[in-house]
Amino acid sequence: MAKVTLTIDQKTVEAEPGDPLLEVAKKAGVYIPHLCYMDDLPSYGGCRLCAVEIEGVRGLPLACTTQVTDGMVVRTDTAPVRELQRGVMETILSEHPDRCLTCHRKIHCLPNWICLRDDVVTDRCVTCAKNQWCELQQVSEFLGMEGTGRFYEEGRSWYGAREEIPLERENPFIERDYNKCILCARCVRVCDEVRGVGAISVTYKGDKARIDTPFGIPLHETNCELCGACVDVCPTASLMDKTTKWAGLPDKLVSTICPYCGTGCQLLLHVKGERIVRVSADAEGAVNKGQACVKGRYGLDFVHHPERLTTPLIRDNGAFREASWDEALDLVASRLGDYRGEEFAAIASSKCTNEDCYILQKFARVVMGSNNVDHCARL
Amino acid sequence: MAGLATTFGSGAMTNSIADLGQAACILAIGTNTTEAHPVIALQLKQMARRGGKLIVANPHWIELCRHATMWLRQRPGSDVALIGGMMRVIVDEGLADSNFIQERCENFDALRESLAAFSLERVSQITGLPQEQIREAARLYATSSSAAIVYAMGITQSSHGTDNVQALADLAMLTGNIGKPGSGVNPLRGHNNVQGSCDMGCLPNVFTGYQSVADGGIRERFEAAWGVSLNPKPGLTLGEIFDAAHDGTVKAIYLVGENPVITDPNAAHIEEALKRLEFLVVQDIFLSETARLAHVVLPAASFAEKEGTFTNTERRVQRVRQAISPVGNSRPDWWITVQLAMRLGAQGFSYEHPAEIMDEIARLTASYGGMAYHRLENGGLQWPCPSPNHPGTSILHREAFTRGKGHFVPVEYRGSLEQPDEEYPLILNTGRMLYHFHSSTLTRRVKGLRELHSEERVEINPQDAVSLGIADGDLVKVTSRRGAVTVRAKVAEGTPPGSLFMTFHFPDTVTNLLTQPGRDPVSKIPELKFCAVRVAKVA
Repeated sequence: MAKVTLTIDQKTVEAEPGDPLLEVAKKAGVYIPHLCYMDDLPSYGGCRLCAVEIEGVRGLPLACTTQVTDGMVVRTDTAPVRELQRGVMETILSEHPDRCLTCHRKIHCLPNWICLRDDVVTDRCVTCAKNQWCELQQVSEFLGMEGTGRFYEEGRSWYGAREEIPLERENPFIERDYNKCILCARCVRVCDEVRGVGAISVTYKGDKARIDTPFGIPLHETNCELCGACVDVCPTASLMDKTTKWAGLPDKLVSTICPYCGTGCQLLLHVKGERIVRVSADAEGAVNKGQACVKGRYGLDFVHHPERLTTPLIRDNGAFREASWDEALDLVASRLGDYRGEEFAAIASSKCTNEDCYILQKFARVVMGSNNVDHCARL
Repeated sequence: MAGLATTFGSGAMTNSIADLGQAACILAIGTNTTEAHPVIALQLKQMARRGGKLIVANPHWIELCRHATMWLRQRPGSDVALIGGMMRVIVDEGLADSNFIQERCENFDALRESLAAFSLERVSQITGLPQEQIREAARLYATSSSAAIVYAMGITQSSHGTDNVQALADLAMLTGNIGKPGSGVNPLRGHNNVQGSCDMGCLPNVFTGYQSVADGGIRERFEAAWGVSLNPKPGLTLGEIFDAAHDGTVKAIYLVGENPVITDPNAAHIEEALKRLEFLVVQDIFLSETARLAHVVLPAASFAEKEGTFTNTERRVQRVRQAISPVGNSRPDWWITVQLAMRLGAQGFSYEHPAEIMDEIARLTASYGGMAYHRLENGGLQWPCPSPNHPGTSILHREAFTRGKGHFVPVEYRGSLEQPDEEYPLILNTGRMLYHFHSSTLTRRVKGLRELHSEERVEINPQDAVSLGIADGDLVKVTSRRGAVTVRAKVAEGTPPGSLFMTFHFPDTVTNLLTQPGRDPVSKIPELKFCAVRVAKVA
């Protein structure tokens, strides 16, 4: 089909007809605040934040559920749009602790600083592990929110108005704190529509509505596969990686390939100093497109395990002793020197890289003169 | 792999992972995809969600059955009969793609003749499936606009694994489901780089890119490139290496990153073989059960501590990047091997960076000819990628098969080696689970994964459990002709009557003490999915 041309904030943009306006704007570099929309999934229209003005269209339609048409003229940054968005945010924030947004000292602070002020209040920015990398916080800052406004003044805000919901942290990897949930339903959708699992759904109605498992049983007792896709899409601190939530912001992200199965998922290793502090699925992954499984996402701690071999070992009188590389390599070379051809065999590993494998078979064939080289492909 | 190589000329996944989601029909046989390849399973579920037809053929109930249009619960080891029966229906009902067969394939008459033995009465008897179900599955597969076959170790780890694979390849060719989107024959490889380690020539009979060591012309090329004369005699396969170590013909082994004492069939035999070696050097990141037997242990760097590439199951070569420095005094595997080569006076082993190794691989390997690190930055490339501007190949055999014409192989059903009898009345199947990997050398060192599953369970059908007086959680002893293990029982309806299921993840319960080492005559893959056992409650 022919492409359509539309205007977004005076920018001329080309797109496929029928694409969601929100997606088209995003690609054109125009940010429209949103909290429920997810790439590659059908639009949901749940958070009501992505309102825009479209010439000739009544009211303020949502960008996520609007399909682009030819000649469409869109404005995303007008006073009525921002007023509506702030109003929507007020309602959303009335369900969410907001000290991380409203503290007057916020601009002076760095992530994970310990705040001595305001310490009579239990909900401070420093008590939320998502502080400074929180999507809700970012949207809130973008819209210039100052607290929950009229709801706060009317005493209808989160504080005091809600019963505390107990944390669910019975499984080893995912922690659920629905006190911070804004009911965007991203987790429900990713679990059902992307993962085909459906371990959680929106339960109850009205102000009792919340995300939960069937009968509120712990996550790992449902059919949940603990893949962490819900954690990745959560815009707040409701769903967090249990073991790494306080690790803070990484120094760098390194994109690499998962060492477990043959799928070849691309993972992002969050590195701080010489430690991998968190792992997430890389949205750029050719195969996995932002998805991973429990092993790739939560199963890489073995890298830092204290039992890692850190030095060569030589058997002496039945027991291992530590040795230097020179000593160990000299010993192996001199012992292997006694064997040639069929007396020698090399067993490669399908965990190693192509380069490791290539060098090992070259070693067996060139240095040892043996084609006895194989690995566990058959297992 | 050997099966596909005979039929198509190439043993790899014919299509791509993303491509599976586009299929109109998928036959998933011998794969518990959600447990062993969870992210590939997403594509199968997406396909079913979009209205595609998912046929699951598996003796065990697996999570994928929830999304399936049909679940065929064939008896363990009866896959060839099932596929033969489906092909018979397709031929008899005129659903075969005769144009494709005529233009692209050869030896069809031999296949057709062999199908005479696969009357639905007989097939139904062997597989335990109602005739109507086999007919329906055949029609579903043959009449879909595109149909893909997905399989894993459930097909290959059998004494007739090559027959299984060839039958699947025949089925795909019979219906023209090769060389187009959403189709193909797609083996899912187990390890992150099992495809790559095969591509790299870590096999006894081939150099990189499956170039035969016995072929004089090929050997000359490698001799010229490596500057030595090379041994023309194909070497021993893994199982044969251990047998030879047992006999004393193999005297020294350099073993990298494997744990055969846990993962190989008939584990006691392997351990004995390794103990008889004059010299064993093991290179690993942990002191594995196998490393404990070594004379020298060399500490390797993990995937996060080195640069390199992995080749995934869809032939995609992707970049592995260094995130942290090698832990302690560990070193990348390639570096260690290079040091040994230099100490043994070898030439041609001076590399500064793995990128140089990849350049050498590209020079010697047609399918990797266009691979270079700078081209692999964004998403990698799928082989064959023969030249520096080639975009890679997502679907194999588009115009012609790698070997020219697709070769139909006649099908013949053979039973598994060790049939249940009075003394050992049950069938033991082994496999994987989501939360652990292989010998769990890695996963049991992850606290959370260990918390979720820390010990082996033998799964038993409720009927069998009742008749044997076994309750969920009881300690039971599983015995085969080769050994016995004690393990807790899990009563599970998903396990078919007459069968048991165990994983091989836990070193405290060495499942492979039970399994039998009988191998497929062609691929040499051991029959890990089928051995006769008995089970009794421990008093």
